[in-house]
Amino acid sequence: MSERAIIATGIALFLAAACFPFYRNAAAPPRPLVLPLPAGERECIAPVAYMRASHGDLLLAWRDRVVRSGERVFTAPDGRVRELSLTRTCLGCHEKAAFCDRCHDYVAIGPDCWNCHVDPRRPQ
Amino acid sequence: MKITRQAFLALLAAAARAFPRPRRMAMAIDLAKCWKDRGCTRCSQACHAAHNVPQIPDRRREIKWIWKDRFENAFGEESASPAVAGAPVPLLCNHCEHPACVKVCPTGATFKRASDGLVMMDEHRCIGCRYCMAACPYGSRSFNWSDPRPFLRTIDPAYPTRTKGVVEKCTFCAERLARGGQPACVEVCPPKAMVFGDAADPSSAVAQLLQTRHAFRRKPELGAGPNVFYLL
Ligand code: SF4
Ligand code: SF4
Repeated sequence: MSERAIIATGIALFLAAACFPFYRNAAAPPRPLVLPLPAGERECIAPVAYMRASHGDLLLAWRDRVVRSGERVFTAPDGRVRELSLTRTCLGCHEKAAFCDRCHDYVAIGPDCWNCHVDPRRPQ
Repeated sequence: MKITRQAFLALLAAAARAFPRPRRMAMAIDLAKCWKDRGCTRCSQACHAAHNVPQIPDRRREIKWIWKDRFENAFGEESASPAVAGAPVPLLCNHCEHPACVKVCPTGATFKRASDGLVMMDEHRCIGCRYCMAACPYGSRSFNWSDPRPFLRTIDPAYPTRTKGVVEKCTFCAERLARGGQPACVEVCPPKAMVFGDAADPSSAVAQLLQTRHAFRRKPELGAGPNVFYLL
């Protein structure tokens, strides 16, 4: 075999191996993430589609309202007056480990909320 | 259009109601009452438990919101007559009228609240430059040199901890005031030495004390206008 052919085969084999994760993922069935929802609650503080896409923005807006403007409560669409609080309102229903952390792991992002805010179910 | 005197006055009154006078929250600490038990640390215990303030043994890295120091360290050698020298004085952020910390903060992380004069910390915006610590004439601020959580025996999940690289200090318990409460130190003090309220409201207990008792403040010559007053 000529040297040229050996090199070309080597490159082809290398590319095939290096790209393996891509075709493996393409061939695998989709693995949707099913998150546990709080039992006994039927509605979040906003529609699901909005919460899925924009809960980060919502929390940033809450943060500024509480810290900068001293507002502490709001009226949710269901008419209930609730606290603008990650720990007390969001984590009052959702479980951080099973809900927030699982999805953040799935999409590979690491929000820094938890450097300071505390999971009431596991304070330390 | 001609406006009658009566209508003009009514208009003024309506305007005054529409723009309520801002409050000025202040604290008066009666030292004679505080000194009934000079070893008492209930105020700092209650504050530090309520706000997840860590106990760091290394004094160069300690974090404190309210603590005690000797009279002469708080008010200067010249004000400390033998009768008071060495006596412990509770110290905390003075929520100054003209806070130097707010002037120097490059990010707006520390700011003075217009509605009630509280000097607040927005930990989300603090970049840890510590300009505010250099500017504060009262040593009211502490820096987190490391993650504070390992130094907390218990964490109250109702209040966030801080993280490595941010500055913290007393907030006059803004979170308790929002629920209509009093600061944790004021509430727990056994001899009720601390009185807290709106000094701009002449009928408040703190305004009355400041009217009727001899009150003094730390380093008044600096013009910072501390809102923590001491009574003797
Ligand atoms: S350490 Fe934080 S609060 Fe202090 S001046 Fe810098 S940014 Fe502002
Ligand atoms: S005592 Fe220090 S930290 Fe508190 S408001 Fe005054 S300058 Fe700022």
